[in-house]
Amino acid sequence: MNMRFPGICEFESLCGKIRESKKDESSELCLIVSSGTCGQAKGSLAVIDALEKSLKKHNLDKKVDIRITGCHGFCQVEPIVIVNPKNIFYQSVKPEDAKEIVSETIINKKVIDRLLYVDPKTGKKIKHEKDIPFYQKQVRALLANNVLIDPTKIEDYIGIKGYAALCEVLKTMKAEEVIYEVKKSGLRGRGGAGFPTGLKWEFCRKAKGDVKYIVCNADEGDPGAYMNRSLLEGNPHSVLEGMLIGAYAIGSSEGFIYVRHEYPLAVKNVKIAITQMEEYGLLGKGILGTDFNFDIEVITGAGAFVCGEETALIASIEGKKGEPRQRPPFPAQKGIWRKPTNINNVETWANIPLIINKGAEWFSEIGTAKSKGTKIFSLVGKINNTGLVEVPMGITLREMVYDIGGGIPNDKKFKAVQTGGPSGGCIPEEFLDTTVDYESLEALGSIMGSGGMVVMDEDTCMVDTAKYFLEFLQEESCGKCLTCREGIERLLEILNRITEGTGKEQDIELLKELGELVKDTSMCGLGQTAPNPLLSTIKYFKDEYMAHIRDKKCTAGICRALVEYFIIADKCTGCGACMKVCPEEAILGEKKKSYIIDQSKCIKCGICFETCKFDAVVKR
Amino acid sequence: MVTIKLNRLEVQVEEGWTILEAAEFYGIEIPTLCHHDGLSDYGACRLCIVEIGEGKDAKFVSSCTYPVEEGLVVRTHSKKIINYRKLIIELMLARCHTSKTIQDLASKYNVTSVRFKLKSDDCILCGLCTRMCEEQMDARAIGFVNRGKERKITTPFDIKSDVCRTCGACMYICPACELRCQGPEPPGVVCGGCLNIEYPCLDVYEDVNCYLDPCAACLLEESRKNKSTSNTEEKNVFNKD
Repeated sequence: MNMRFPGICEFESLCGKIRESKKDESSELCLIVSSGTCGQAKGSLAVIDALEKSLKKHNLDKKVDIRITGCHGFCQVEPIVIVNPKNIFYQSVKPEDAKEIVSETIINKKVIDRLLYVDPKTGKKIKHEKDIPFYQKQVRALLANNVLIDPTKIEDYIGIKGYAALCEVLKTMKAEEVIYEVKKSGLRGRGGAGFPTGLKWEFCRKAKGDVKYIVCNADEGDPGAYMNRSLLEGNPHSVLEGMLIGAYAIGSSEGFIYVRHEYPLAVKNVKIAITQMEEYGLLGKGILGTDFNFDIEVITGAGAFVCGEETALIASIEGKKGEPRQRPPFPAQKGIWRKPTNINNVETWANIPLIINKGAEWFSEIGTAKSKGTKIFSLVGKINNTGLVEVPMGITLREMVYDIGGGIPNDKKFKAVQTGGPSGGCIPEEFLDTTVDYESLEALGSIMGSGGMVVMDEDTCMVDTAKYFLEFLQEESCGKCLTCREGIERLLEILNRITEGTGKEQDIELLKELGELVKDTSMCGLGQTAPNPLLSTIKYFKDEYMAHIRDKKCTAGICRALVEYFIIADKCTGCGACMKVCPEEAILGEKKKSYIIDQSKCIKCGICFETCKFDAVVKR
Repeated sequence: MVTIKLNRLEVQVEEGWTILEAAEFYGIEIPTLCHHDGLSDYGACRLCIVEIGEGKDAKFVSSCTYPVEEGLVVRTHSKKIINYRKLIIELMLARCHTSKTIQDLASKYNVTSVRFKLKSDDCILCGLCTRMCEEQMDARAIGFVNRGKERKITTPFDIKSDVCRTCGACMYICPACELRCQGPEPPGVVCGGCLNIEYPCLDVYEDVNCYLDPCAACLLEESRKNKSTSNTEEKNVFNKD
């Protein structure tokens, strides 16, 4: 199929027709199954299979549509099946449930109570997605579309006003006007640093050069963060439309999507989307009859964290080793193949069509004075509702953790929340009322980052946490500049010493001194933010460090060398379960009498602690 | 010509120069390790860091890669920079204490102890040899492999390279190849021997003003005298900023 349009009007009339037909469809029966990577990991593919089979059995497969969408955000209760037109929200659906959904809900129009979401606070069963507390405080400007469309169908995207922004821009706006609009909206880069997007575009537009490139940075590598993946998987066209508008504004005719190879579904969906755009004449020479040319190439990276850094990403696209270089020259002056290049994050690009469609004023009304719009976070860790949340800037951390996240599981105490991926700082409870925006988070020694949010409870050791993130960064540091490579390694050396119980009191000063050095003098963002988890935990949880050093105690019971396991004689029933599982034969005693642990043999693996049903084994 | 503020001094410098070149031209010594006049700049050793900008916008950049621009404010020897440089040298020493170049840097900048576990690596990963091989010898026989802690310089696949002409240029330029002298201390610690052979400061001559930094000989003497008083300002001619 190749349907190039001679002009924008022809394309718009087709879009109009598609939107009309979609309106008719909205009252039809439809099963919406979320099947992003998270859904697939929890078995959504099997659910889809089972649904298809039972529909066929009832001869409904022609009448009832199954829409396979990207992630809906509430990953905790995947796979999700929504039955339209009544929007009945079924969670944690198993393939066995498919039969019942078809026979009960579709044929008999009955709601299956068992599959509804239960509000843990009130115990009430909730029928619709919008009533679930997890969704209520969110402003889902970007993510809400994931539910509405099948990412592999461009018609679905057009159906929700897709490519209307592009038509508007091509028809009525000059490049400078687009940039002005983006500047006015106050949109800032969603990749982490928060540089104003409009300004960045302007630099690149004004830079001298015949060829200019734009790049979509989808090299999302933070542990536990998957906002960009979800957008690319669930709504690739929104990102691509944003890139088209950006290219028009900047005066670029070639774009790249740099996405990691570990995101196969995202790569697949983006490639499908690009093919469809080519068929519709939305890419290539003379787009929609104008003299605007643009092509997009997908480049899969090998998954180095550092390649998310702009200059390293450029090196990687050029086929060189993914290593950053010192700026200036900035990518806007000399980027890919020394041509002016503009790099934006996936989420930034996805925001562009929204700004054009709804206007800069609408966008700048959301958020705080300096941080506008919504931001997607992946809320993970010790939290009841794991998932992707899209919140307006300026929401407090407490609202995110307790209202949206539903608090900490098993009534444990909240200890800290880490924002901004591995290079973010850990924010303690006393600052939970801080608003989420670029400046406030930075003032606390953390960063907005690309949107990772890890919640930690009282069982988390902060020294161990700092160590974990530094280990990640040590692995991912490219090693080019000395302070990042040697600095992080030495920081870890000292932290290891502390967690093994051989730390000295002056180590904390040394950690701070070295941390500051790495932060101030490293070449790229990776090194400059690497000490954040360490410095923030020293700042807010110094007692814990001192307990490790002075008292040789890990209060959370995580650091192996500082923990000892004991059996409380009164509680021990003498069942012998612990003795059986102990790999080192360190548990001595006779059946039906109480056991003891031979500390000299104990390797502190903790199996006995987990095995004992009577809470007789304790950590100290 | 552009005007920059170099250590509070307004100076004219050639457009296209780096901060390092400008500082060198005005006789301010900034230590370097991975920089070489005949090779492209790399910015990896971080020893040549300087502080640019003022107030909240102040940041540290490697002077060997940063081009001068109109109105740029540069501090090459603030207190923070001197402390950072010392710590960088300490990190270098901890990795490659057998190198004479690094031991000399340590003595020159008064690094007297290493607080980290000593490794005996024979490469500081400055990348001089790979750039020498590529840019001057046109061979590209060696390069970096792996990343982070595992990073090393080698030939492709660790086997003898076809394009290597064994010219030895890599060894010639290597700052870690030349071994330290066996000073008064046993190997494994900072030798510090060269501290005693600092050349005399120019300001002993009546008609010549001292502009070399950090020559340090006179200040060192002074600081030895006033050991009991605060010694943070030592060796620092330009730290008034």
